[in-house]
Amino acid sequence: MSNDPANGRPPGPDQPPSANPAHGSVPLPATGPEAHVLVGSADLFVNWARKSSLWYLLFATACCGIELMQAGASRYDLDRFGAVFRATPRQSDLMLVAGTITHKMADRVKRLYEQMPEPKYVIAMGSCANTGGPFYKDSYCVVKGVDLLIPVDVYIPGCPPRPEALIDGIMKLQKIIMQKKNYGPKA
Amino acid sequence: MEAQAIFDMLKGKFGDAVVELQGEGFGPAFVVVSPAEVNAIARFLRDDPALSFDSLMCLSGVDYKERFAVAYHLHSMKHRHAVGVKAFLPREAPSLPTVDDVWPAANFQEREAYDLFGIAFEGSKDLRRILLPEDWEGHPLRKDYKYPDFYHGIKV
Repeated sequence: MSNDPANGRPPGPDQPPSANPAHGSVPLPATGPEAHVLVGSADLFVNWARKSSLWYLLFATACCGIELMQAGASRYDLDRFGAVFRATPRQSDLMLVAGTITHKMADRVKRLYEQMPEPKYVIAMGSCANTGGPFYKDSYCVVKGVDLLIPVDVYIPGCPPRPEALIDGIMKLQKIIMQKKNYGPKA
Repeated sequence: MEAQAIFDMLKGKFGDAVVELQGEGFGPAFVVVSPAEVNAIARFLRDDPALSFDSLMCLSGVDYKERFAVAYHLHSMKHRHAVGVKAFLPREAPSLPTVDDVWPAANFQEREAYDLFGIAFEGSKDLRRILLPEDWEGHPLRKDYKYPDFYHGIKV
C-alpha cells in the first residue's frame, strides 16, 4: 500500500475533504503530526476526573445505610461510576448522609465534614437527612435536616430511597460537578 | 407460682413495705412496694429458691403526672414464672435504691430512666446519661417537659 503523497499517511477515512463527499465543502484542519493535539478546557478535564472518582465517606446512621450497602454491593455496583467507599473523611470527596442525624450526632457530622479535603460534596439521602422525615413533628432529639449543619448538593427523597434512586442522585451530582468552573475568572 | 402467692410470700417477709397487688386485666401482675425497700425485696426475689427471679426483663420509668413510678418486670428461667414489681415515687426529687448489684443488667436501664425521667438511683455503679448528650437540660419523657428552642445553635 502506497502512502498518500499529500500527508505521508496511508489513504483511509481521514483523506482530504475533497475526496469524501460526506464532508461536503467544509475544510478540515491539517492532519499532519503537528495537528495531533487534544484541545479542550482544563475545567472539562478536571471536572471529568472529579466526577469519575467520587469516593464517598461511609456514613450510615440508620436504615438508609442498608440501601447504601446494597448500592455499593455487586447487584447495583456503585463502583461502575468510580464511587467507592472510604472509611476515613481524609480520603473522601463525597459525604453520603444516610440516615437520621440526632443532636448528639450533629457535632460529629460537622467535624467529619470539616476533615474532608476540598473539593467536597454532600448528598442527603432519605427523608431524615432531608427534613427530619418521620421525626419532623414532635421530636426533641432529631436534627430537622442535615442542611442545618452542612451545605447539601443533592437531596434524595425516599424512606429509604432504593439503590436506583441513590445512583440517580450520584449521577445528578456528577452533572453538577461537570458545570463547575475551577479556572475561570472569579465572579 | 401465681402472682397472689408471690405477693403473700413477700407480704409475710417484708410486711408494710409491700403495699398491694395490681393484677386486674393485665399480666403479669404488679406487686406495689415501698421504694425504700426495693433493693432488699429484689435480692429476696432473686435468691429465694421458690422464686429465683434470675432475669430482669425490663426496668421502666413511668410518669403518672401526679407521681412517678419505676416498674420492674421479672422472669424466672428456672420456674418459668413472671411478676412485676412497681414502686411509686414523689414528683419532687424522685429517688430510690439501685438494683444493679442484684441484676447487673439493671445498670443501663436505670441510666435510661435517669436520662429520660430524672429518677435518681442511689448507690448505682455508674449513673450517667445514656442516650442524650451530657449537657442536655431536662428529662424529655416527663409530661411537663418543654422543648428547648436551640441546642448548640441548631434549631430543635
